[in-house]
Amino acid sequence: MPNNKSWIPYLLIAPSVIFLALLFLLPLVQTIWLAVSEGGVPSLANLQTMAGDLNFRLAIRNTFLLTLAVVPIQILIALAMGSMVAKVGAGRETILWIWTIPLGISDLAAGLLWLSILQNSGYLNSLLFNLGVIERQANWLSYQTPIALFFAIAVAEIWRGTAIVMVIIVAGLNQVPKEFREAAEVFGAGRWTRFLRITLPLIKPALQSALILRTVLAFEVFAVVYALGGSNMPVLVGEAYTWQNQNQNYGVAAAYAVLIMVISLAATLVYLKAVKVDPERLP
Amino acid sequence: MSAGQPSSFGSARKLLLWSGIAALCAWVLIPIYLVALGAFGGRSGVYQWPKSILPTGVSFEPFLLFLKTEGVAGAFLNSVGAAAVTVVLSVLIGAPAGYALARYDFKGKGSFRLLVLLTRAFPLAILALPLTVSFIRIGLYDTVIGVGLVHTILALPFAALVTQGIFMGVPRELEEAAWVFGCSRPQAFFRIVAPLALPGLAATAVFAFVISWNEVFAASVLTVRNRTLTAYLLTVLAESPLHYRLAGGLLLILPSVIFIFAVRRYLFAIWGISSK
Amino acid sequence: MKPSLFIGLLMAASLFAGTFAHAETIFLSTQLRPIEEATAVRNVILKDLQAPVEYVVEEPPQFAVRMEAERQAGKHTISLVGALHGELSPIAAKDGFVPLDDLAKELQAKGMPKALLDLGKLGTDKQQYIPWMQATYVMAANKQALQYLPEGADINKLTYDQLIEWGRKMQAETGQPRIGFPAGPKGLMARYFQGYFYPSFTGGVVRPFKSQDAAKGWESFKQLWAVVNPNSTNYNFMQEPLLADEIWVAWDHIARLKEAIASQPDQYVIFPAPAGPKGRGYMPVVAGLAIPQGAPDEAGAKTVIEHLTKPETQILTAQNVGFFPTVDAKLPSDVEPGIAMLAAGVDATQQAPDAVISLLPVGLGDRGGEFNKVYMDTFQRIVIRGEPVADVLNQQASNLSKLMGEAGAPCWAPDATSQGPCPVE
Repeated sequence: MPNNKSWIPYLLIAPSVIFLALLFLLPLVQTIWLAVSEGGVPSLANLQTMAGDLNFRLAIRNTFLLTLAVVPIQILIALAMGSMVAKVGAGRETILWIWTIPLGISDLAAGLLWLSILQNSGYLNSLLFNLGVIERQANWLSYQTPIALFFAIAVAEIWRGTAIVMVIIVAGLNQVPKEFREAAEVFGAGRWTRFLRITLPLIKPALQSALILRTVLAFEVFAVVYALGGSNMPVLVGEAYTWQNQNQNYGVAAAYAVLIMVISLAATLVYLKAVKVDPERLP
Repeated sequence: MSAGQPSSFGSARKLLLWSGIAALCAWVLIPIYLVALGAFGGRSGVYQWPKSILPTGVSFEPFLLFLKTEGVAGAFLNSVGAAAVTVVLSVLIGAPAGYALARYDFKGKGSFRLLVLLTRAFPLAILALPLTVSFIRIGLYDTVIGVGLVHTILALPFAALVTQGIFMGVPRELEEAAWVFGCSRPQAFFRIVAPLALPGLAATAVFAFVISWNEVFAASVLTVRNRTLTAYLLTVLAESPLHYRLAGGLLLILPSVIFIFAVRRYLFAIWGISSK
Repeated sequence: MKPSLFIGLLMAASLFAGTFAHAETIFLSTQLRPIEEATAVRNVILKDLQAPVEYVVEEPPQFAVRMEAERQAGKHTISLVGALHGELSPIAAKDGFVPLDDLAKELQAKGMPKALLDLGKLGTDKQQYIPWMQATYVMAANKQALQYLPEGADINKLTYDQLIEWGRKMQAETGQPRIGFPAGPKGLMARYFQGYFYPSFTGGVVRPFKSQDAAKGWESFKQLWAVVNPNSTNYNFMQEPLLADEIWVAWDHIARLKEAIASQPDQYVIFPAPAGPKGRGYMPVVAGLAIPQGAPDEAGAKTVIEHLTKPETQILTAQNVGFFPTVDAKLPSDVEPGIAMLAAGVDATQQAPDAVISLLPVGLGDRGGEFNKVYMDTFQRIVIRGEPVADVLNQQASNLSKLMGEAGAPCWAPDATSQGPCPVE
């Protein structure tokens, strides 16, 4: 679209740029400097300490695995939720509201919640015990049962974070013009075809936003993992916090934070390329 | 709607649909119910084995204690204030940015997107030290506005990206038609686009509120006497008995749930709006 | 219009809620955070002061960031700080505290032990903090576990071998391991290795880190771990698994056992940690009061310190929150049974004939956290990941050596004193 008033976009983004520059960029630069310096001089010491740390590789592996496991499932569930609710008449708003309740839970509380379900004396074991499936308390969260632990954390994270994706996708689904779907139906397209060929492409912008935001948040997963996994499942943000709070070393904590930032930005670039949204093809 | 389908097939479909919906509702609500059991089950209820799923020995002790504790009302007001600042600022700052990202192709667009995402790509607690130093120097230390500003940083990516996605879904032709009919650009925006983008704006408000309400670390470090409710409760409860922690967690969900309930109409606005 | 007017008023009220300044002494503390204890501090312990004191609690991570931020910005709102020795150390390393030598002299004259006051120097030559409360770590056992004690074992004089046998019996008879340690992310396990494990097996902490005695100790610990509940790597506060009946025998800080003992004093016994070949190691934990440089109300802060170190206030503190006095003050006999049991356990630990005292690390400045990490990493690698003991000890010893060299900290008890940085032999 020809822009003879090409200063307009810059005017529109000016408030956010100024806001972030004043409040965020300055501390960010200071912290990045902390990561790549030692006593005022540029140095790789912090990065080396980070790379050589006991939990470094594990933290990277766990964070990636968790993100890969959780994000796609949440997208699928959110799409399913949106599609299901489209066919409901009255009560649609209430059902959607119920599904957004996990949004209101802080991640600390969510961790506590799932701990009370999955711990040895928790509700899951109580249920299994009462059904006679197990004779004594089963360990779901110990380092001796890493797969169960991973699943437990994945389930807790899916429970907690799907609402974020759902709100974005539902807002996008709202905008698909009814006429397109009805026209397709008149022309004989089946339900599945309608979804894949009409709905999905039209909600691409919302989908892209949801994917980017959810993935960036997923790389920052922390509170639930530490509530359920304790020291058994290191993740990147957890290691950053441990270095800052327990080990009292702000430089290495900053190094971890820089690593997380780089990974998140790289993932974002991948999404921007993969889920390309061409402005001209939108209605 | 589904014309030409045999009715038994249709009702089987309906059954499937409703059981799916019911299952998802249970998936969300059952864990909340279990937390409530723990929170109301009294001091020893949380340690029982095996745990019963029926409420036994209900005790309101934690809630009464919270209400009696000094400073809870003030902390609640602080949280509301910070959340209000966050909601207003994120919409005011983020929506224009989202509109620019949706409608225009400009040099630096990609970098701007990455800049906005940067605020969630970097763990805030690691930034807390230089941020607090700046705030002390500016004079925003121990103020509700200061906390609100930091929360806005966290909510901005949501504001910008969600509104971008929504504005992209509003047909350009509608705006252009408005211009043809003599509306100025701002008029066209507020009269035509904004109402259609209401779900996106409502979603931004919801995210901003929830992010602000649930944030703990920055809200704790930046305040001494004007703690938000979340920072106050979670600090005080961190080493408290388990049923207090569950009660605190449960209590803190309520404002967010109420807020979402209040805006649900805008959030989940009428399907297929363009047919209006 | 009405709802939006109401909301507008609410918002306005909240924005102005905090802008009325009170001229009070602000006392920031990382201790006594739980809601009941903080209420006791406000309503009982600080009640009799002339000038009002605002008691604010904070978690240790936020505490560290806030104090450093106030120091860097140069503008202070906190006048008095109450925190653990290890939390005060990094601040002192940056000269963040007002020297309290005159107060220390007064208190020494009034009977505060010199050894305790010297801890408050944090390895420097000035008094950085005044010892406020002390505590230590003990073991707790559910009475159900006592039937499985090995023949002839006296619970107040256990050895590690007896503990291992006890654990084996409990596991065999009940089908699950019943011993627990707080090896979770917020657990105090590092102090176990520094204050209990190493002194008991090697007689030292830093010097004998990779000695033969240490290697034997780790082998013993691996045997012990075989009868320890694997959920220990999730436990932060042992009172919870004790109350949930997952664990019958636990080691932890007395404050983290208190809820269990206080709510069911008839169900538990408190006893000292076991002894190894070189004695029964234990570590006293000290919380201190300090005044940040540039505090807005230094005089007020000193008044509060004097008040909190009075014998009457110290007894009041002990009765209400279970931390024990640093001055010479005897607990009255009408203390709650839980606190009385903990006090008896602490006494038994301190008076044990084979006790080996292991002091909190001094002189580490802001490297204290990394010092703890050396021991926890060693534990993680040898016990959880099963790596060969000798290799791990060698590698970790070189990390420790480097750390001690960089911090420049001389040895502290039970290690023999050194001239320069404490060497790893």
